[in-house]
Amino acid sequence: MKLQRKDVLGLEEMDVEEIRQILQTAKVMKGILMRPIKKLPTLKGKSVVNLFYEASTRTRTSFEMAAKVLGADTTSIAVAQSSVSKGESLYDTAKTIQAMRADLVILRHSSSGSASFLADILDAGVINAGDGQHEHPTQALLDIFTMEEKLGDLEGKNVVIVGDVLHSRVARSNVWGLRKLGVNVTLVGPPTLAPAEMGGLGVKLTHDLDSVLPGADVVMALRLQLERQKSGLFPSLREYSHLYGLTSERLKKTGKQSVVMHPGPMNRGVEISDEVADSAQALIERQVTNGVAIRMALIYLLIGGSANVVA
Amino acid sequence: MDTLEGTVKSKILDADGIRRAVIRIAHEIVEKNKGTDKLILVGIRRRGVPLAERIQKYILEFEGVQLPLGILDITLYRDDLSTIDVQPVVHETDVPVSIEGKTVILIDDVLYTGRTARAALDATMDLGRPERIQLAVLVDRGHRELPIRADYVGKNLPTSRREIVAVCLQEVDEAEEVLLLERV
Repeated sequence: MKLQRKDVLGLEEMDVEEIRQILQTAKVMKGILMRPIKKLPTLKGKSVVNLFYEASTRTRTSFEMAAKVLGADTTSIAVAQSSVSKGESLYDTAKTIQAMRADLVILRHSSSGSASFLADILDAGVINAGDGQHEHPTQALLDIFTMEEKLGDLEGKNVVIVGDVLHSRVARSNVWGLRKLGVNVTLVGPPTLAPAEMGGLGVKLTHDLDSVLPGADVVMALRLQLERQKSGLFPSLREYSHLYGLTSERLKKTGKQSVVMHPGPMNRGVEISDEVADSAQALIERQVTNGVAIRMALIYLLIGGSANVVA
Repeated sequence: MDTLEGTVKSKILDADGIRRAVIRIAHEIVEKNKGTDKLILVGIRRRGVPLAERIQKYILEFEGVQLPLGILDITLYRDDLSTIDVQPVVHETDVPVSIEGKTVILIDDVLYTGRTARAALDATMDLGRPERIQLAVLVDRGHRELPIRADYVGKNLPTSRREIVAVCLQEVDEAEEVLLLERV
């Protein structure tokens, strides 16, 4: 069965069956990724273009590797050295890429809604690799895949997401996806970074991490964007770390062998201690591996098979 | 009798016929390879898988050796992915042992154009470098489009392209027979 869509823009618009299909396909893809010869002929002759307007190491590399394992050709556009620096608009850049017969465009952009804008104007498929503070669907899917791999069926499980949830597209996409799978999600952060409105997403919202740790199956730390301190959203890194940093001492409060996750890149010693980051509880490297599998699944489901435009 | 795909013209094999054919193939595999050394059975999804399990069981009975058994999903190796409308669901390939330097016996239900076998050959090669690959099929119905032949054949069946060979196996279809259908 083909994914009945041209683009993957976010988990808000996706239904449970689609999420299940992606996770199932990713399981197969992970098997292929773990082989000594990780190369398939499946997408021979298809081209995938990475268009990244924001810095990224793992997401861009992950998409590139995923496309290559499937046999597609990939091109990455480093925006800083491109015509964008001459003032070309996203619209014109994207049209140009499409004119070169790209089958799929992977977009990261600092404006929320940019991926959706691109999807509307292009015939090629679009995967959102992060748009502003809106969504980062592939990160959430790889997080969910990693949780399921470790915990089995996620229904009724407790996931705590702690950090700068206000500015986090990772948190938003995770909330949409996890809620659809029946997971109890708790968002935690200082009042300036976790405002009460976010409780409207069907999740529990609190500013006290220690009070919600008991019973948590998964604790996910978000990256603290250090520039937020300058804008006065929290007083000091030391205080933030004291209240919201994941330490092994604090994790004992869950009362179980909870899984620790982080989307990377980590600020060690701020939102997560060295000890926790390198512990057996932390699945951070596994998240990276699974990210390639998830992206392989999405690329295959979007442009494997016949014409990718859904009538 | 009618099925979804066409009108039944004749029954090619019944349950006993299938059993005898599979037993013969199992014997031939052991005979041709002068024993069971280095053999790996690999069923091609879907109906190649129960056939491979049966061959494994028979060889265990005759020779007292449990051969390793793998499952191959060829979806990602199909040559018609860009032309078919319905994207097939990808399933797992599970070959639990290294095929390096081994003799891989690929097992499928029907050999027709040879395109599935071609895809299976590529999928196998991506798992390693076997010493040799052999092909076993329950029915060879002709009409090859590629230079491929089977090493072990349960039943040679001359057909026309308008006909359909329907293999039903208990494990998959809850019936046990091979039918020749006329396409409707």
